[in-house]
Amino acid sequence: MFNRLTAALLASTMMAGAAWAETTVTAVMHSGLRVLDPVITTAHITRDHAYMIYDVLIAQDAEFKPQPQMAEWTVSEDGKTYVFTLRDGLKFHDGAPVTAADVVASLKRWGERDAGGQIIFDRTDKLEATDDKTVTWALKEPFAPMLDVLSKQSALPPFIMPARVAETPADTAITDYTGSGPFKFVEAEFQPGISVTYEKNADYVPRSEPASWMAGGKVVNVDKVKWVNMPDIQTAVNAISGGEIDYIEQMQVDLIPLLEGDPNIAVEVREPTGMQTMMRMNFLHAPFDNEKVRQAALKAISQESVLAAMVGDPNYYQICGALLGCGTPLESATGTDSLTKGEGMEEAKALLKDSGYDGTPVVLMAPTDMVALATQPVVISQMLRDAGFTVDMQPMDWQTLVTRRASQSAPAEGGWNLFITNWMVPEISNPISNPMLNGRGDSAWFGWPTDETIETLKDEYIAATDLDGQKAVGEKIQAHSIETVLEVPLGQYTLPQARRASITDMLPSPVPVFWNLKKAE
Amino acid sequence: MLGYILRRILAVIPVMLLVAVFVFLLLRLTPGDPAAIIAGDMATPAQLERIREAMGLNQPIHVQFITWLGQLLRGDLGTSLISHTPVSGMIADRFGPTLSIALLTILISVVLAVPMGVIAAWKHRSAADYAVMTFSVLGFSVPVFVIGYLLILVFSLKLGWFPVQGFTPISAGVLPFLKNALLPALTLTTIYVALIARMTRANMLEVLGEDYIRTARAKGAPERTVLFRHALRNAAVPILTVIGTGFALLIGGVVVTETVFNIPGIGRLTVDAILARDYPVIQAMILLTSFLYVLVNLLIDLSYSIFDPRIRY
Repeated sequence: MFNRLTAALLASTMMAGAAWAETTVTAVMHSGLRVLDPVITTAHITRDHAYMIYDVLIAQDAEFKPQPQMAEWTVSEDGKTYVFTLRDGLKFHDGAPVTAADVVASLKRWGERDAGGQIIFDRTDKLEATDDKTVTWALKEPFAPMLDVLSKQSALPPFIMPARVAETPADTAITDYTGSGPFKFVEAEFQPGISVTYEKNADYVPRSEPASWMAGGKVVNVDKVKWVNMPDIQTAVNAISGGEIDYIEQMQVDLIPLLEGDPNIAVEVREPTGMQTMMRMNFLHAPFDNEKVRQAALKAISQESVLAAMVGDPNYYQICGALLGCGTPLESATGTDSLTKGEGMEEAKALLKDSGYDGTPVVLMAPTDMVALATQPVVISQMLRDAGFTVDMQPMDWQTLVTRRASQSAPAEGGWNLFITNWMVPEISNPISNPMLNGRGDSAWFGWPTDETIETLKDEYIAATDLDGQKAVGEKIQAHSIETVLEVPLGQYTLPQARRASITDMLPSPVPVFWNLKKAE
Repeated sequence: MLGYILRRILAVIPVMLLVAVFVFLLLRLTPGDPAAIIAGDMATPAQLERIREAMGLNQPIHVQFITWLGQLLRGDLGTSLISHTPVSGMIADRFGPTLSIALLTILISVVLAVPMGVIAAWKHRSAADYAVMTFSVLGFSVPVFVIGYLLILVFSLKLGWFPVQGFTPISAGVLPFLKNALLPALTLTTIYVALIARMTRANMLEVLGEDYIRTARAKGAPERTVLFRHALRNAAVPILTVIGTGFALLIGGVVVTETVFNIPGIGRLTVDAILARDYPVIQAMILLTSFLYVLVNLLIDLSYSIFDPRIRY
C-alpha cells in the first residue's frame, strides 16, 4: 500500500511538473531590436516591440475601422470634442493603475513626433484628464480623420506609457520600459541586436471581443516569447527546419523551396496588403524640376519588370498603381496604365524629347546593403536609359544614402536625383500621414516638392465627413500625384512568413503579434 | 626582459592615441547619420536635427573629440547612440563568444596543422606532401560560408549531431559549449590549418636542409628527435608569428562565421555598428582591436625566446 501511495504521489508530482512546463515561442524577426523607444523612431521592429509591452487607446481592426481598446469614446455633435473613458482593470507592469493623466502625457509626447498627431495638436483647444479615467480632447474645429489617426497601426501608433516616462522629451530616448500591454519586457535578458525576451503579463485583462488585427481581445496563450536576431536568412531557415526556432517573420522568396514539402513547417502570407515599393524624385534640381521629364521617367517604368527582378515569384507580388495602396479603402489606380501594363516606353521617349532634356545625368542612389532595395535601381536604371536618360547609378550603403538624401545640393555636388524606398501599405494608405503627399517645399519629405494643390486636397480630405467623401478626394489625390509625379509607385509585394506547425492561430495582421497564437507541445 | 616588456607597454600609449584620433576623424568625415537610423524613414529634417542635438552630434568636431577622450581616460567607453546601452557592457557580452571560438579554433588548428606540416616536409614530394598541399589550397580557396553551410548540412541537418546555430558559454558546461562551438571552430580551422601547415612545411624544408640536421642523423638520433627537437624548434619562429597573427585576426571578430552560425560575437557587433554609424561602438571596437593586436604581437615576440635561446631582450 505504501508503494502504491508513493507511486501515486510521484505520478501526480510529475503531472503537475508537466502542467507547469513553460511554453516559449522563439521567433526570428526581420531585424534585431536596438531602439526601444517607439516614439523616437519609426523602425518597424521597435513598433513590434511596443505592441508587446504597451497598449493603445483605440485600435484598427481588419476592416481598417477604429475600435475601442483601452478606452471607449464619444464624440460631440459638432464633432469637436472627443471623450475617452478608460476601461476597468488597466494596470501598468509595476502594478500602478493606468490613469487619464498617463494617457494625456503619452498623447502629448506622441503628438510632438507624429505627422498626423501634429495636425491634430495644431487643431487642439484642450487635452486634459477630467478625472482618473476620463480624457477630454477638445478641438478648435472638427477633424474627421481623428480616430483613424489615433488608431493607426504603424508609424507612429500612440502607445500609452506612465506619465513619468512620457514626460521624457520627444527627442530623447526613454529608459524606463514599463507598459500595460499583454507582455512584459525582460530587461535583464535584453541584448541589443542579439535577442530580447518577453514574458506573459499575468495581470493583463484582455477585452472580450475576438481579436481582429490590432483590435479586440489580446489573449496570451504562451508564457514567453523570445526574439532572436539572425542576420543570415539561410541560418534561420536551417534553424526552423531543425526545430530550433518556431517562426521566421520574413522569408526570402527564393529560399521558400527549401521548406516546401516539410510537413512540420507552414509558409504563408500572413497579411495580403504587404509592402509598397516606390521611387522618389528630387524636385529641386534638373532634370526632375521639369514636370515633363518626371512624367517621361514614370512612363518608362514597368512594374512587372521591377517586381519580377525584386521578388521573382508572382505569388508574392502584385501590380498596383494605387499610391495609397491596393486593398485599402482609398485604392485608386488612376493615371498608372503605363506602370501597370508596361507599355509606356514610346510615350516616355516622346515626352523626354519634347521636354528639352539635355542629357543631364540622373544620379540614382542604389543601396547595396538592403536586400529589399538592391534590385530596383538596377532595373530602373536600364529602363530610364532605354527611354533616353543618362543615368549615373551610384552604389552606396543605406547610411550613406540617408545622409545624402538629406542634402539639397546639386546632384553633381553630393546631392541626388532619385532613390527608392519601401513602406508598409497601411502606413501610406492615409493621405494625411503619407510622407510623399506633402507639398510644403523645404518642409516636405526628401524631394521637397512645392505643391499647393496637394495641400488643398489634403484639407479637402480632412473636411470629408464620410468614406464616400474621402474616396472622392482620394481619387483626386491619386490623379494629381501621378500627374505631377510626387512619387512613382512600383508595385506591392508580400513577405511570406514561416512557422512550425506547432504554432497555430496567428492573427493575420499587418503587424506580427504574439497574442492569440498557441504553441502545441 | 622586464625592461623590454615595460618599454613595449609604454609604446602602446602613443599608438592608441594615434588610432583614437584617426578613427574619430575617419568616422566623422564618412557620410552617415546615426540620427536617421534611430528616427527612421518618416522623420523630417527638423526632427533629425533635434535628435542630433540631443546626442551632441552637432557640436564642433574638436569638442566632440575632447568629450570622448575625456570619457576614455576615465575608462568610460560611452553609450551606444542606437540602443543607449553602455558600450563596455555590449563588448563584454560579445567578447566571450569571440574569444572562446578563437581559442578553440587556434587549438584545433595548431594540433592538426603543425604535425601535417612536419609530415609534409619530412615526406617531401610524397603522397602525404601532395595531400597536405592540396588541402592547403582548398582551405584558402573555399569561402568560409560555404564550408560552414556544408558542415551544417551534414552534421546538423542530416545527422542531427550538432545544433544549426547559437552559442552556449563554457560556464554552462564544456559539452554544451562544444556542441555549439565545434562547427564554427571547424569552419575557421580550415583556413588556419591551411596557413599554418604551409608555413610549417616551408620552414621545416628549409631547416631540414641544414648541416646540423645532417649531423644529428649521422650521430644516429631517432628521426622523431631530429624532426621535433632539432628541426621544428629551429623552424618555430615564423610559425609562431603566423599562429599569433591568426589569433589576433580571430579575436578581432569573424563576421561571416558569426553570421552563418548566429554567434553573438564582436565581428557582428562591429559590422552592425558601422552600418548604423554607431560612433561610440565603432570607436571602442577599433581601439580594442588595436590594443589586442599590440598585445598579441608583444606575446609573440616574447615567445620567440622560448624556442630560440639566442633571442634575448
